Amino acid sequence: MGVDIAFWVLAIVGIAAAIAVVSLRNVFHTALMLILCLLSVAGIYVTLSADFLAAVQILIYVGGISILIILAIMLTREVQHGSLSNKLRIPVFIVAAVFLGVLIFAMVNSPWQISSLPPVEPTTPALAGKLLGEGGFILAIEAAGVLLLASILGAIVLVREK
Amino acid sequence: MSVSLEHYLVLSAVLFTVGLFGALTKRNAIVILMCVEIMLNAVNIAMVAFSRFITPELLTGQVFAIFIMVVAAAEAAVGLAIIISIFRKRDTIETTDINLMKG
Repeated sequence: MGVDIAFWVLAIVGIAAAIAVVSLRNVFHTALMLILCLLSVAGIYVTLSADFLAAVQILIYVGGISILIILAIMLTREVQHGSLSNKLRIPVFIVAAVFLGVLIFAMVNSPWQISSLPPVEPTTPALAGKLLGEGGFILAIEAAGVLLLASILGAIVLVREK
Repeated sequence: MSVSLEHYLVLSAVLFTVGLFGALTKRNAIVILMCVEIMLNAVNIAMVAFSRFITPELLTGQVFAIFIMVVAAAEAAVGLAIIISIFRKRDTIETTDINLMKG
């Protein structure tokens, strides 16, 4: 029951914040609404009993990416211009609405095979075994490390003063 | 009625569509990047919901969500670096004004 109430509150806050991100004019308010949306997604992870992912979401998105975005907004002085729309507003709205309808129709009418097992908790040791253990995703982790190194070097090269 | 898999999937679909609308209509490149982050988060919600309701003992969906977060962090860093370097060169980040490669 408590999880249900938490889900509805978090879902409404998250969707309202996402709509605010695409509709507000002030770019800085947009960034703050994005942070609220990311926080409510972290809460959604908690209701799904994914505790490690909720912590990672707050650390990486709310702590890292949002700071990066606010820094970029301040460096580019676009706050005065505001976040305007281009000419495609109405056609894109129609396409998005049709896409949402098809998506919801497909999701609600699919016969999902719901498992009755209780969720694993806490998830951190299980996830560590899954990622680093036998038959896990160790190669993908190495590739992710190389990707992060390459992206950090690329970012430094792109913004370096000549 | 208790919250089921469909609730989470519909929430994920709504967030994805809102992000898609913003990414296709906004003119500010930073706002487009923020909308892409919303879309990635919507996909993550669907991944974790599938992992919780269909295979609760495997956790593979959560592993995929972690890798999506890694790629999203790399994408945000490089994307914002590109935006800042475009701003230095052309003094604007409005996507309608960045048309150097338009025929």
